Amino acid sequence: MLRRRIALAAAVLAMLAVPAHAGDPVPVGAVEILSGPNAAYGIAIKAGLDLALEAVNAKGVLGGRPLSLTVEDSGGTKDGAINAVRKLIGRDKVAAIIGPTLSNEMFAAGPVANGRGVPIIGTSTTAKGITDIGPFVFRTSLPEADVIPVTLKKAIARGVKTIALLYANDDAFSKSGFDSMKAAAEAAGLSIVAIDSFGSKDTDFSAQLTKIKSLKPDAVAISALVEPVSGVLLQARQLGFGKETLFIGGNGSNSPKLGQIAGAAADGLIVGSPWFVAKPDKLNTAFVAAFRAKYGKDPDQFAAQAYDTLLILAEAIDRAGDADPTKIRDALLKTDHTGPLGPFRFTDHRDPASTEGVVVLEMRGGAFGIAQ
Amino acid sequence: MLAQQLVNGILLGATYALFALGFTLMFGVLRVINLVYGFYFTAGAFVALWLTQAGFPLVLALPAAAVGAGAIAVVLDAVLLTRLRRTKADELSSLMVTLGAVLALYAGMAAWLGPDIRRLRPGLVGSGALDLWGLRVTVAQLLILAASGVLVGALLWLVRGTRLGLAIRAMAEKPDAAALMGINTAGLAATVSFISGALAGAGGVLIGLNFNAIHPYMGEQMMLRGFVVVIVGGLGDIFGALLAGLLLGVVEVLTAGYLASGLKEAVGFAILVAVLWTRPAGLFGRTDVRRA
Repeated sequence: MLRRRIALAAAVLAMLAVPAHAGDPVPVGAVEILSGPNAAYGIAIKAGLDLALEAVNAKGVLGGRPLSLTVEDSGGTKDGAINAVRKLIGRDKVAAIIGPTLSNEMFAAGPVANGRGVPIIGTSTTAKGITDIGPFVFRTSLPEADVIPVTLKKAIARGVKTIALLYANDDAFSKSGFDSMKAAAEAAGLSIVAIDSFGSKDTDFSAQLTKIKSLKPDAVAISALVEPVSGVLLQARQLGFGKETLFIGGNGSNSPKLGQIAGAAADGLIVGSPWFVAKPDKLNTAFVAAFRAKYGKDPDQFAAQAYDTLLILAEAIDRAGDADPTKIRDALLKTDHTGPLGPFRFTDHRDPASTEGVVVLEMRGGAFGIAQ
Repeated sequence: MLAQQLVNGILLGATYALFALGFTLMFGVLRVINLVYGFYFTAGAFVALWLTQAGFPLVLALPAAAVGAGAIAVVLDAVLLTRLRRTKADELSSLMVTLGAVLALYAGMAAWLGPDIRRLRPGLVGSGALDLWGLRVTVAQLLILAASGVLVGALLWLVRGTRLGLAIRAMAEKPDAAALMGINTAGLAATVSFISGALAGAGGVLIGLNFNAIHPYMGEQMMLRGFVVVIVGGLGDIFGALLAGLLLGVVEVLTAGYLASGLKEAVGFAILVAVLWTRPAGLFGRTDVRRA
């Protein structure tokens, strides 16, 4: 009796231990925020990933093997992200990981994946230094420093020669956006007439705006989160800023909340975005239609980035010819993909190589449209 | 540009003064540093927000918000401070109790309503700016300026020219003696709480209207400025609060306009430190602190 049980257990173990062969799923993982205050980002990303998974598994990878995707919740914390990455690598033996959602989480969890030699691809991590973590860390999200120059190019095409810079001086995100703006404005040969700051919780910007107005710049670029940007625009209109001044937003302004809060005061503001729902190319309209069909609502930037990233990963697994993480890493570097985000390749440093997909948006009547 | 900056400063200073009036009244009379004051400010703004959303005009919503905030103040002060008053606890105790209470109230409100910024319905007052001799001001800003002036006058009249004011001053001077003279100190404390809360509520509506941003933490953001105004103006000094508010507003705006915008706060709070060093009773206070 006992012997038979041992034999049975051994047989089961043997079955579990057989090497993967054709037909077995290729395991990949994702670490996203699915609970807590920032869950909206992770849920959008998961929706994009699930949609892409259906598309990939319609024909499979490596000659017909399905991709199996395990999504772990990080809860938005560094610890959560580290544990999730460990679980995916140790328990699920994933060949590659997508995520985590936040740059802070990537700085914590990226080194774990990198140390185990498993490629990890951020789809929404825009901070400086993400890919410096190590040779297995990739990202498909354009850092703000790459988006701003495209926005400024549009401004210059509209005749902007002088610019004032305004930023929130008490949060790292706004300050780093300002640094990118300043560098890009200098590189583009714009003359910076004023640099002013405010606190991100301020409600009064009249002193800074009055000063800027007296200097009559062609454009005012603002790096801050959407609430203070809205406040700045509302007060700027009160102080008599009109159509002659072009307002330029950073990443923080790329939110539909801008139109909801600032209303008509935000009209005319331009902002660069890695993606836009109404971008008219065929791949994007097909993606948006499929997303609407599956979820009954419009995708956002995070869903689009996640969707494209899973397609990029699936192509890399095919090119690698094997579900081996190191081979997948090498294959990722040879990515040449076109999707809803536009043409995509990685630099040698594993960042997005091209800004061709960046769309400049303009606020009109409380909503963003593509800037002309 | 200087003229516009001075106007900006005076209008900003009027919002600080308006915010600080009830705060300084409460301190002067009840001798409590009541940090829950910032919550009354938020509460007033939300009451007006809901009423105007329900279709009431501002002329009704504003007084209703003031009364509502005043009522909330009476209840909360009774709950939080009666015990302290009975045991004659010092000012530090009230600071601690109200600090804890106000943080809990803000967080509870944010959990209930969400931290999002809300807007009053456009068109409640003329939303565009008026161009007066090349200077741009909005109707909301003029309302705040007028309200600050009128309320300072009304409060001074109340405190100095009425029997209620006499009782209030007596209580500010010596609560025990006032009680022995037959003044209902508990009732009077509730009255002062109500006036102070109503001032905060009205301030919340007008300032919410001006900056067009109403959210649970709006009182917290004003509180630090309120502190500077009340201390620089002299604790409990109503006219001092008006002058100190205007001074702070003008200094902040001129610093941001001509020096560096990043130094705005630094200069404002440096004034606070300098005043505490040189004139601890406040810029306009006498060495013997006048409390009401």
